[in-house]
Amino acid sequence: MTAVPLPYRVLDNRPETADTHTIVLRPVGTALPPFSPGQFAMVYAFGVGEIPVSVAGTHHGDLTHTIRGVGAVSRALCAARPGTRVGVRGPFGTGWDLEAAVGRDLLVVAGGLGLAPLRPLVRAAASQPRDHGRLNVLIGARTPGDLLYREEWQDWGRPYCQVTVDQPAPGWRGRVGVVTALLDQAAFAPHRTTAFVCGPEVMIRATARALLHRGVPARHIRVSLERNMHCATGHCGHCQLGPLLLCRDGPVVGYDRAEPLLAVREL
Amino acid sequence: MPSATAPPDTGSAGCVLDRDGMGALVRELRARGRTVIGPTVRDGAIVLAELESAEELPYGWGVELEGGHYRLRRRADAAAFAHSAGPQSWKNFLHPERVRQWTADRGPDGELTVRAEPPAAASFAFLGVRPCDLRAIQIQDRVMIGGPHRDDAYRERRTGAFLVVVECTEPGATCFCVSMGTGPAAQPGYDLALTEVLDETGHRFWARAGTARGAEVLDSLPRRPADEATQDRARRGVAEAAGRMGRTMPPVDLRDLLADTLEARRWDDVAARCLTCGNCTMACPTCFCTTSEDITDLTGDHAERWRRWESCYDLDFTHLPGGSVRTSARSRYRQWLTHKLGTWWDQFDSSGCVGCGRCIVWCPVAIDITEEAHALHQESLADRAGAADGAP
Repeated sequence: MTAVPLPYRVLDNRPETADTHTIVLRPVGTALPPFSPGQFAMVYAFGVGEIPVSVAGTHHGDLTHTIRGVGAVSRALCAARPGTRVGVRGPFGTGWDLEAAVGRDLLVVAGGLGLAPLRPLVRAAASQPRDHGRLNVLIGARTPGDLLYREEWQDWGRPYCQVTVDQPAPGWRGRVGVVTALLDQAAFAPHRTTAFVCGPEVMIRATARALLHRGVPARHIRVSLERNMHCATGHCGHCQLGPLLLCRDGPVVGYDRAEPLLAVREL
Repeated sequence: MPSATAPPDTGSAGCVLDRDGMGALVRELRARGRTVIGPTVRDGAIVLAELESAEELPYGWGVELEGGHYRLRRRADAAAFAHSAGPQSWKNFLHPERVRQWTADRGPDGELTVRAEPPAAASFAFLGVRPCDLRAIQIQDRVMIGGPHRDDAYRERRTGAFLVVVECTEPGATCFCVSMGTGPAAQPGYDLALTEVLDETGHRFWARAGTARGAEVLDSLPRRPADEATQDRARRGVAEAAGRMGRTMPPVDLRDLLADTLEARRWDDVAARCLTCGNCTMACPTCFCTTSEDITDLTGDHAERWRRWESCYDLDFTHLPGGSVRTSARSRYRQWLTHKLGTWWDQFDSSGCVGCGRCIVWCPVAIDITEEAHALHQESLADRAGAADGAP
C-alpha cells in the first residue's frame, strides 16, 4: 500500500539516547511488502501527522525505527507506548544494494542518527561474511550519549568497529574527533571497496571527499540523502534535489550523482 | 496513457458542424451522463466551468494578454474559441486543489481503521482543450499515473474524461507553443478535434474523431461531410497561428541551458523582482506539487488526510528538521524554472512547459519565462565568449 497507511501496533519502545527512541512495529493485519536496508517508511501518528523514517531493522513483518523527537510527529512516536496503533506506508525509495557489492570490501560510515538506516545493512553483511571482503564500521556521534545501539555492537561480531565522538564526556575513553579520522585505522582496498555513508550532509560530503581522495570510485560511495519526503510516492514534489526525486530516485544514491548536486547551494 | 478504445480510422476527412452542431455536441455529451466543462465568460475572464449548453461558450469574446495583464475584449466576429489560456487549466478538474485521500477512526480500544476515499464517479467532457493544454494533461499523466506509484483517483478522473480539442487559430501575445512543440495543431490524444472556421460561407467547425468513442459521439450529431474549402481554411488558420506566436524560447536545448546556468547572475536579477507568491505555479497547467494536511475532529478519534496544491515558492516546501533548504527567492525561482524546463526531463522524460503563457499573464510583476530563458542563454553565450577570449 503506498497511498493509505496500514495499521501497525507498537510492540516495543526503548529510549536510545536522551531524545531518540527505537520502536518496533508489528502489523495489526496485513503486513507491508518487505523492506530492504536503506529504504524508508512513512509512519503516521494518529491525528498528528506522518513522517518519513528509515527502517533500522526488519524481522518477519515487524519494522524497527529509530526516531529522534524533533517535531510534533516524531515526539508523538517517541512517546508511543506499546499497544499504540500507528499507520505505516511503504516500502519507499532505493536501498543500499548490498547485492551489488558482492566480493568487495565494505566500509560503513555513520554520523549520529545516520547509523539507523545502516544498522540492517551491517547486520545483513555480518551474517553473510563469505559474500564480501573486509567489513569496517566507522561510527561518529556528537557525544558519547548520542551513540546508538551500543549494546549491539559486539553482537555484530566480525566487523572491525571504530567509534569516535566530537565532544567527550566524563568517563569516555574512546576517540575524540570527526569520523573521517577513523578512515586511517580501517583496512580496505579503495579500488575494490563499496562505502555506505549516512549522517548529516556536511559529514557525508567530508567522508565522500576523503574516500575519493583515497581512491574509492565515486559510484561505489553510496550515500543516503535527506530532503523533505512528504508523499513518498513521487507526486508532491517536495523532495526534489535537482534532477532527483529523492523519494523515488533516492534516498540512497551513488556519490557520482550526488556530488555535483550537493555542490550547489540551496538546490 | 489512458485510452478508452483503439483509435478508429481517422484517415477520413472528418465532418463539419455548424453552430447548431456545437449545441448538439454539448447536449449529446450531457445526455451520455458527462459533466461538460468548457470556456465561458465569468468575472471578467474566460474561465473553465460546467456548461449546460453551448450557448454559454464565449461567442464573440477574445482576450488581450501581456505580462501581468489580462483583459476581455469584444471581437468583431462571433468566434467561440478565438482566445487563449485563461486563469485556470484542466488540472483544476483532473488534479483538484483539495482532495481527501483517506479517513481514519480510532476505536474505544485504540484500534485504527483507515478507509481510502472512494473514487468519485466523475465523468467529465472537456470542451475546448487547446493543443498545448492537451500536452499539459499528458504531462500530468506521466507524473500522476506514469511512475511506480499511481494515483488511483487521478486515474479515475482522467480515464473517464472525454477530450474535445479545439485547435488554436488565435494565439495570444504571451503564447509560445511552437517553441515547445505542443501546438497550435492538435496532436494525438483527443477524442474529438475541432477547428473553428469563420468566413463568408459561415461559422463552422471542422471535426475529426481520434477514438472510437469520439467517432460514436460525432456520428450522433447533425453534420455534413467536410468540404475541401473548409478543410483548407481550417488548416490555413492553424498554420497562420503558428506564425503569430507572441513569444519564443531561445533556439537551444533548454535542458542543457538550465543545467549549465545554475550559478548565473540572472537569478539574482529575477530574484529582485519575484515576489515568490506562487501564482505561476497555480496557473501552470503542469505544476503538480501538493502538501498533505492531517486533521482531526473535536472528538480526536476521527482523522482525515487532505491533499492540497502547494507551491515550490513556499518557504516550508523544503522544510527539514534543520530548516528549509531553499530560503532565498533566488533559489526558489531557480528551482521552478530549472524544474519546468530542465530537470522535468530527468524526472518524467518530458518538458514541464507547454508554452501556454499562463505564468507570464498571471505573474503580478510580469516576470516572463521566455525572457528569463533568453537572458540565461545570452549570459551563457557571453560567459563562453569571455572564457574563449581569456584563454591563453
